[in-house]
Amino acid sequence: MSLFRSITATSLAKDVRLEWRSKDAINSMLFFALLVVVVFSFSFDPNAEESRQIAGGLVWVAVLFAAVVALNQTWTRELRNHVLDAYRVSPAPANSLFLSKALGNFIFVCVLEALMTPLFILFYNLRALGPGWQLIPIAVLGTWAIVVNGTFFAALSVRTRAREIMLPLLLFPISIPALLGMVEGTTAILSGQYSARFWIALLIAYDVVFTIASLFLFETVLHAE
Amino acid sequence: MKRFFPIFGAITSALLAFALYEALIAAPTEQTMGNVQRIFYYHVPSAWTAFLLFSLNFMASVQYLVRRNRSSDRLANWIVIALGVITCIVAFVVKLPDGIEPSSVASTGIAAVGIYFLIRKYFAGDKLDAFAVSTAEVGVVFCTVVLVTGPLWARPVWGIWWTWDIRLTTTFVLWLIYVSYLLLRRFSNGSQTAVIASALAIFGALDVPLVYFSIWFFPTQHPQPVIGDGGSIDPRMLRVLLLNWVAFLCFALLLCWARYRLEVLRREVDETLALESLLDPRSSR
Amino acid sequence: MKFLFAAYAATWLIHTCYMATLARRFNQLRNQIKEIAERKS
Repeated sequence: MSLFRSITATSLAKDVRLEWRSKDAINSMLFFALLVVVVFSFSFDPNAEESRQIAGGLVWVAVLFAAVVALNQTWTRELRNHVLDAYRVSPAPANSLFLSKALGNFIFVCVLEALMTPLFILFYNLRALGPGWQLIPIAVLGTWAIVVNGTFFAALSVRTRAREIMLPLLLFPISIPALLGMVEGTTAILSGQYSARFWIALLIAYDVVFTIASLFLFETVLHAE
Repeated sequence: MKRFFPIFGAITSALLAFALYEALIAAPTEQTMGNVQRIFYYHVPSAWTAFLLFSLNFMASVQYLVRRNRSSDRLANWIVIALGVITCIVAFVVKLPDGIEPSSVASTGIAAVGIYFLIRKYFAGDKLDAFAVSTAEVGVVFCTVVLVTGPLWARPVWGIWWTWDIRLTTTFVLWLIYVSYLLLRRFSNGSQTAVIASALAIFGALDVPLVYFSIWFFPTQHPQPVIGDGGSIDPRMLRVLLLNWVAFLCFALLLCWARYRLEVLRREVDETLALESLLDPRSSR
Repeated sequence: MKFLFAAYAATWLIHTCYMATLARRFNQLRNQIKEIAERKS
């Protein structure tokens, strides 16, 4: 168990360090996210009441698209110097690799959200009418839902011809329940009219099911040749 | 076996023609909806066939992954049998929703177990993967029919083309998942296709109940149009419905069979071409 | 009702297109097999 943990931690530290030094993904994601917020602000210019109804959807769609930008390069970096082949041959458990990648992506997307949310609040003059603290579990659970499936599907699509477009094609249909949970939960809290508890429960169920499924199947997919 | 195909084709065509006649002319006209209701005789059997085909694909995908080593294969066999037994017990012990008979649930469970082992017996290795792609493709075709006939029925009857109600949305998401499955197959390299496609099918199957539950709660925040789903069905209509279902099942079987043969043939040709280019790179392209 | 006919027509259109696709692919394969046979002989 400790071997698993140490390998995961080492891989994660490596990814974070690489990202910190090159700032490839973070920069592109950030700028993309900013552009998305601005474009949405121009396209939908609602008043206060309307904005509370639609902001949930807008924020999460923006995060989803920005996350896809980050997820796409998750595994391509590993292909470059045959690092992925080295992983396959090494005795390291495949799941630790998956977990480290997923956690790395999770951290990046959370950073992205932390930077995007104030912008959204600014542009849309948002103020939560319901229990605002509930937005945190929704954000955490929702981000993990996107990231865990995204990392797994990125591993699937890295072996295909149309790599960049394959990931969103695979990810979006499967993420529909999670997306619904995030958007409806956020809308429920912002508008204060409904309870977000069901959506949080749904997100928990979604996360549990797909984390287990990804960990279960990742080894098979890694050695799929 | 090959001789049987045209005979079966002829029988199926006759069945379909007869079912069409029954649906359009012989079946009684519905009271409230009028003749438009006859779309029901094409829409519902297509939906049941599509779900059946997707279930077959799911079973084949699971089998493909577990049969890669012996121990997981044996374990999976026992789990399947256990699930069948549990379904039978649950069917008679638990209080089921209205309109669902315990015997039909139990027989569905037993049939599912039987089909799993039949697939196991007759399809192995590559053939299993060919089976998976055939059922997926034909399933998408039938699901497309469902999604096209649905709105064409909804518009005159309820005045709307589409709504995010539970069954429509679940069908639509299932369609999306399987279209992405087919795209994944098309764009991946030969050797890994089967494994990664099977993984995606399993993810898709896990997703469907979650979709169902998420939409189940959706209407509390977004009031949905009331879609009347009338109680019992006239026995004459039921007869026509079942007739159409049998006809479409035979048709689906024909299509799957043809697609399966195409796939097996295609793989043989690819292998031959690959072997040719290996042995003599000059004469082949 | 035109919706009724549209629905039935759409169903058979979709099925016919799929069967045509299958037929086309079968023909492609048949041509490939013929080529291989010619090359061998």
